[in-house]
Amino acid sequence: MTQVVAATPGLFPLPDWAKDELSRLKGHQKSDLISGDEGPEIVDAYERAREEVVGVQEDAGLDLVTEGQLRWDDMIAHPLAVADNVETRGIVRYYNNNNFYREPVVTGDLEASGDVAAELDAAAGLTDADLQAVLPGPYSLADLATDEHYGDEAAFLDAIADFLAAEAGQFPDVDTLFLLEPSLVENAPGEGADERASEAIDKVASAIDANVVAHTYWGSIEEKVYAHLMDADVDAIGFDLIADHEQTVYNVQEYGTKGDVALGLVDGQNTLVETPETIRERVEWFVEQTDGDYDTVYATANTELFYLPQNKFEAKIAALADAAAIEEVEA
Amino acid sequence: MTGPREQFRPEDHDNDHFLLTSVVGSYPKPKWHDRAKELFEDPDADFGEKEWEEAKDDAAKLITEEHEHAGLDTVCDGEMRRNEMVEYFAELIDGYEFNGRVKVWGHNYFDKPSIESEVEYGEEWLVDEYKFTSSVSDRPVKVPITGPYTLARWAFNEAYETTEDATYALADLVNEEIERLVDAGCKYIQIDEPALAQYEDDHAIVGEALERIADGVPDDVRLGLHVCYGDYSRIYPEMLDYPVHEYDLELANGDYEQLDVFKADEFTKDFAMGVVDAHVAEVESVEEIKENIKKGLEVVPPEQLTVSPDCGIKLLPREVAYGKMENMVQAAREIEQELDAGEIEVRAGGAEASADD
Repeated sequence: MTQVVAATPGLFPLPDWAKDELSRLKGHQKSDLISGDEGPEIVDAYERAREEVVGVQEDAGLDLVTEGQLRWDDMIAHPLAVADNVETRGIVRYYNNNNFYREPVVTGDLEASGDVAAELDAAAGLTDADLQAVLPGPYSLADLATDEHYGDEAAFLDAIADFLAAEAGQFPDVDTLFLLEPSLVENAPGEGADERASEAIDKVASAIDANVVAHTYWGSIEEKVYAHLMDADVDAIGFDLIADHEQTVYNVQEYGTKGDVALGLVDGQNTLVETPETIRERVEWFVEQTDGDYDTVYATANTELFYLPQNKFEAKIAALADAAAIEEVEA
Repeated sequence: MTGPREQFRPEDHDNDHFLLTSVVGSYPKPKWHDRAKELFEDPDADFGEKEWEEAKDDAAKLITEEHEHAGLDTVCDGEMRRNEMVEYFAELIDGYEFNGRVKVWGHNYFDKPSIESEVEYGEEWLVDEYKFTSSVSDRPVKVPITGPYTLARWAFNEAYETTEDATYALADLVNEEIERLVDAGCKYIQIDEPALAQYEDDHAIVGEALERIADGVPDDVRLGLHVCYGDYSRIYPEMLDYPVHEYDLELANGDYEQLDVFKADEFTKDFAMGVVDAHVAEVESVEEIKENIKKGLEVVPPEQLTVSPDCGIKLLPREVAYGKMENMVQAAREIEQELDAGEIEVRAGGAEASADD
């Protein structure tokens, strides 16, 4: 029997009060963004915001609760932005969005900072719900960063994978880890790089004893890239059904997928709120099309959720939770 | 020189060469302006519509004069009446609704609206702003308008089938507004399309929208296009076909890494190049800015070069913003003198091509 689990890719909008308070405390320039050594007032503001978004997820009824990644000023490049031997330079566009992050430039040997583990420790103390960690996938993080140390693309990806594996190795007990890999779609790896990307994901996934989802978005995965991704030892691959459901279904029909699957069913970048019934229909449609006998379907937003205003973010996660609940009642 | 540019040369300009100095638009608001806004929004305060309008007038006058003091050849009011480049217009256009702020980067947010129904003109946009600014300055006034593609792309679209459909509907409204501005005497209009840098593949949509916008605009009105923070190689040289005279581009933030993009094909229009970074709170020295301006001369001859900041500078501390403007103008004037004296070699490929204009 398939279990529908309401989850998200994390990276939530800050509550409105925290937007105000933190912009007052931190400022508006490139140099004001998170470096990992913020002062007590800023730490305190983030703690209160974290507590609030954990509560919002519990109230909505999400099955997996994330820390919210509220401190990730540089979006999924965050783990590098707070690591040693990384310089944060000019602001650059975050994929095809009206959002920007500081270009992280790796200038020396990378070492895990434990920054994300510390956030998860804090979140674990706030909830009894199943905790879900979020990290950038190694391919995407390497894609967003610049290497001035390791010398070639393969060595750099390898170093990033080791770095993320070491970060994950410091995590407290978590139920699930979402590895966000939009670059697999947005800047698809070519010959050779596709295999290396899959091996890098494998390396991070094996560093942690949790269900691991390699989540992709902003389109479907190229066929060959998908074939390689299937070699990675992850529990589920995540698909963006909002951006492209046809090619995704084709990939799964042709190459199969893992025992579990994550489906991006609500649009993290539009305020039009999907109804739980629509979300549920999308789950059923996918299962039917792929003739799948999944243990778990992660019902999620396609993208991170910080693109949305707070009210719509809350409405969307409530809709996801309600959609999963419909399934449970009728099962 | 391309287009109607010579009209902006000040009568008392000392040098033979003329590098038009300009700004992108936004400027830090005076602190008292923000306090006035808080008072206006406080239902308990004795501070009504009339007082708030006066405060905005005062701020617009002050910042226009600050632009003049910095020596800029064309001025604007620093967008004192606008809260944000999309929000301002979305509040005036029928069809938009607001749900709350979303992140752009760091702690810079904007109240990203949703297009919930078909757009209609609604309230007047910029004619009063233009008239007021003109009335407090002897310098020519440049009016920045957020372009229809950005107005569509930076909103959540719940009403139109595609972003393209929403863009064309909004382009017709921008055209209507430009007609009103031109009737009021405006000669310099800049269309801001930062969203183009984000979806370069949509350059044909922006082109079609600009055709609609430029339709019926008299020849002596200078039209510019501002684009920032993107991969220009994906829109250049195609963008040179747009019906505008000038392209205002951010390049200082990226340390001119993309400059070569514009050298591969002759830059046949005016090049308004960012010579100061809009997101670094230190004032660049005159020497440093002069070096940046010289990079522009590798792309176009002086007759086609406009000197401008990378982008709107509203996020900077006000004294830093002023310092940047002042040094930018000083740098431009020194470069003009050095050009007059034949001390600078102009390497731009198109140097000869524009001599007859």
